Amino acid sequence: MMRAAYSFVAGMVLALGLATGTPGMAQEERSTAPYAYRQLDDPAKEEQAQDLMETLRCLQCQGQSIADSDAPIAGSMRSLVRERIAAGEEPEAIRSWLIERYGDYVSYAPRITGLTWPLFAVPAVLVLLAFLLLRRRFGAKADEGGEA
Amino acid sequence: MSDLPANKPRRWVIWLPLALFLGFVVLVMIGLFRPADRNVASALVGKPMPEFSLPPALPGRPGLDSKLLANGKPHLVNIFASWCVPCRVEAPQLAALAKAGVPIEGISVRDTTENLQAFLQQNGDPYQRIGADDDGQVQLALGSSGVPETYVIDGKGTIVYQHIGEIRPEHLGLLLDKLKEAGR
Repeated sequence: MMRAAYSFVAGMVLALGLATGTPGMAQEERSTAPYAYRQLDDPAKEEQAQDLMETLRCLQCQGQSIADSDAPIAGSMRSLVRERIAAGEEPEAIRSWLIERYGDYVSYAPRITGLTWPLFAVPAVLVLLAFLLLRRRFGAKADEGGEA
Repeated sequence: MSDLPANKPRRWVIWLPLALFLGFVVLVMIGLFRPADRNVASALVGKPMPEFSLPPALPGRPGLDSKLLANGKPHLVNIFASWCVPCRVEAPQLAALAKAGVPIEGISVRDTTENLQAFLQQNGDPYQRIGADDDGQVQLALGSSGVPETYVIDGKGTIVYQHIGEIRPEHLGLLLDKLKEAGR
């Protein structure tokens, strides 16, 4: 019984390892990109880069930003961001460059598109609706009070 | 209270919020139980291959320049690494494609020469050229989010198809079809 449970757990671990492509037997090389693990010398530019990196998704550990992730591909992406900021590129231009390649998924800052506009419109519509309902209700009460 | 009779015919309206809420719950459940697709496809399919020039990954072998891909013939560009287990799984399929006369160009991501040599010795070497993408910057330029990934490039250097993950035997037909289409 113990043995069956053990081999089940081992199988799950192996399956998980294969599925995520991070095997225990081979070590993925860390990113050798120059600014993967090094900050920019100019603090203002580093801050700009940091702000952008916190809103870009790591493509491997998809719940993390590239600022938080230690996946090698996140290192490569950090270096890309820092090198381009150092070269004077605007953060939003770098974001667009990545979206051009990976789609909107790579960015944590949602854009208004044909698909996403209801996300922005629905709250505004609900607030308007609530305002109208409340005004009708309280407005009616005020009128009643005035008549009484 | 006097306006109650007037409201009577519209009594079903009070169920509307609940119905809306249940509809929302159903929508969430569908999203929750649908098998997740975590692949991030490249948005560059249908667009020209970005320009790049990679140094040779192995001494005595050519590196990879994107200009070579627009030579009138379709190519496969295989993004791989020695540390990637699925890349071992797809090695026999790549060998079969190479044997069928498909030009395969390799981009090795964040790798070392020694590990790469050992990998090719164990799994075979189907590549015409292998470029070393040690910084992973060309991988990002191609919109690739992992290894292995395989791009079908037509003779004009346009990306016509991206295969994410290892090439299994059942994918060979599709890839050959895509190559044939690209060769037209």
